[in-house]
Amino acid sequence: MSPSNSGVASVASGAAAAAARPRAGWSFLASELVLLFRRRRTWVLLATLAAIPVLVAVAVRLSTARAPGSGRGPAFLDQITQNGLFVSVVALTICVPLFLPLAVGVVAGDTIAGEAGAGTLRYLLVAPVGRIRLLLVKFAAAIAFCLAATVVITAAGALIGAALFPVGPVVLLSGDTIGVPDSIVRALLIAGYVTVSLAGLTAIGLFVSTLTDAPVGAMAATVVVSIVAQVLDSLPQLDWLHPYLFTHYWLGFADLLRQPVEFSSFSSNALLQLAYVLIFGSLAIGRFTSKDILS
Amino acid sequence: MTAAAPELAIETRQLTKTFGRQTVVNNLDLAVPRGSVFGFLGPNGSGKTTTIRMLLGLASATSGEVRVLGQELPQQLPGVLPRVGALIEGPGFYPFLSGSANLIRLDSADRFASPATRRKRVADALERVGLTHAAGKKVKAYSLGMKQRLGIANALLTPRELIVLDEPTNGLDPQGTREVRHLVRSLTDQGTTVFVSSHLLAEIEQMCTHAAVMRAGNLVAQGSLDELRQTGQTRIRLVTPDAQLALGVLAGLGLAADVEAPPERGGASADPQLIAPLPEEVAAEQIVEALVANGVRVRGFTVAGSTLEDLFVALTGEGFDVAQ
Ligand SMILES: Nc1ncnc2c1ncn2[C@@H]1O[C@H](COP(=O)(O)OP(=O)(O)O)[C@@H](O)[C@H]1O
Ligand SMILES: [Mg+2]
Repeated sequence: MSPSNSGVASVASGAAAAAARPRAGWSFLASELVLLFRRRRTWVLLATLAAIPVLVAVAVRLSTARAPGSGRGPAFLDQITQNGLFVSVVALTICVPLFLPLAVGVVAGDTIAGEAGAGTLRYLLVAPVGRIRLLLVKFAAAIAFCLAATVVITAAGALIGAALFPVGPVVLLSGDTIGVPDSIVRALLIAGYVTVSLAGLTAIGLFVSTLTDAPVGAMAATVVVSIVAQVLDSLPQLDWLHPYLFTHYWLGFADLLRQPVEFSSFSSNALLQLAYVLIFGSLAIGRFTSKDILS
Repeated sequence: MTAAAPELAIETRQLTKTFGRQTVVNNLDLAVPRGSVFGFLGPNGSGKTTTIRMLLGLASATSGEVRVLGQELPQQLPGVLPRVGALIEGPGFYPFLSGSANLIRLDSADRFASPATRRKRVADALERVGLTHAAGKKVKAYSLGMKQRLGIANALLTPRELIVLDEPTNGLDPQGTREVRHLVRSLTDQGTTVFVSSHLLAEIEQMCTHAAVMRAGNLVAQGSLDELRQTGQTRIRLVTPDAQLALGVLAGLGLAADVEAPPERGGASADPQLIAPLPEEVAAEQIVEALVANGVRVRGFTVAGSTLEDLFVALTGEGFDVAQ
């Protein structure tokens, strides 16, 4: 607590501090992560996502008591009853088309527009946070949320599956059998796949967020984009377009359940997502660095 | 800049900002001396906040040049902003965080601010604005005045060379207004330049050494308060019960006087006042002589430079609370 650090320090020391080299700025990323993960809204989103595997497992448990192996529903649904570890995979399959895009839309759409709406954006920028640095930190935090969301679904699925169904060696799509530790690794690989899948949408949300001061508008637009992409992806007339849609490989994680692991859809997906991140990241930077902040 | 010119904390040349077809700031030439408390005065909507946004790199200028702390903007912005603290268009905080958590967040955004001293500096800043008791309270539970103080505390987190305060006393009670005035003066003791905008003349008059007056995006006057006072007309003020007689005498000397009703104070001196601009060629003693010679009972006579209020009303064409 030297006097030069107190609030009444002289301007001379302020000038000296300003002349000093800037720090790497990790504390702002840390602050952003704390802000995101301390928010009640984030917890509500994660809790809702965690509830989905629980609902699925309970519903399957109750219905198999009456009609075992009906054969309807998403792939692997029947396998839940044989092995609780499949609950995670089923829950992710259910969440990927709508629930995860909703959650990611909320977080990514809020990045810049939320700060603008709260009136904090101008204070961050004069603090100062460089505009590009702010975008990078916001993107990193949103990706951290994507990871948290998929991990929460995976973990909740594994826990409820272990509680309600038998757990043991898993029979893969290829017919091979793997042990419990290996199957946990596979589950984490799938969570990683889904996280990567959401990177493109996150970048789109970040860009949309630089266009408006109304966070709800940016969130809604991001979610709508993800739905439109999936609709386009389902129209056979547009099959030339499909490989370029960021939703195209969203459900491709089943390949990770083969033996040996089939990584081709993982890498196609990663490449596609990277392209989206680069394109929409550049658009966001172009827009945000040239924008008048009037919020 | 010549060597003789005093160093300027803020200097703009022909600074202009247009929104669509509307010119909101028009060819502004500001010169804010270092170490001054500079009042930026103008009615609501006259372009003060827009100017401040350009000074801080939030909005780009349509044309013109800006130098802040000797650095050209927007090129040198990253080097300038850590030396500047600001309150812009009211406070903006995360309502779900406490006052001190908000300041910690904003301080961690500043790469020049030391994390080791962060908590201490936040506590000091809160103390300076009298918010220590509410440091742990969520900002959504703050009154407008408390948020305003928190906004000022944010500008004080690190020692700054320039502090920009946009209408800092908005929402504050008279006690809070006094405290802010005191705080602003204490800042200059450490050599900080303070640039403070307001639509209230009284406020500027009480805390500033210099001022600029805006009217609809145009700078209509600028200088030290004394210089500004001198640009106004000298006036005489005459207290007499013989108002009509005095009017005639003054008219004979070429003075056009206004009669003001007597101030409503319990009974005592209920004499009307006459106020007239004093032309340069007439000496004050000449007037008194003429008045007495014509039998006007002179109960009070003063010669004064015009008040700033007279000047500002004349410059801006209206009272100060009038929105555009
Ligand atoms: N984002 C904006 N878009 C268009 N016009 C604006 C915007 N912000 C401010 N203005 C206009 O600019 C003028 C000056 O506003 P402002 O700088 O906020 O004035 P002051 O701070 O002096 O009250 C006003 O006429 C206002 O309507
Ligand atoms: Mg304003």
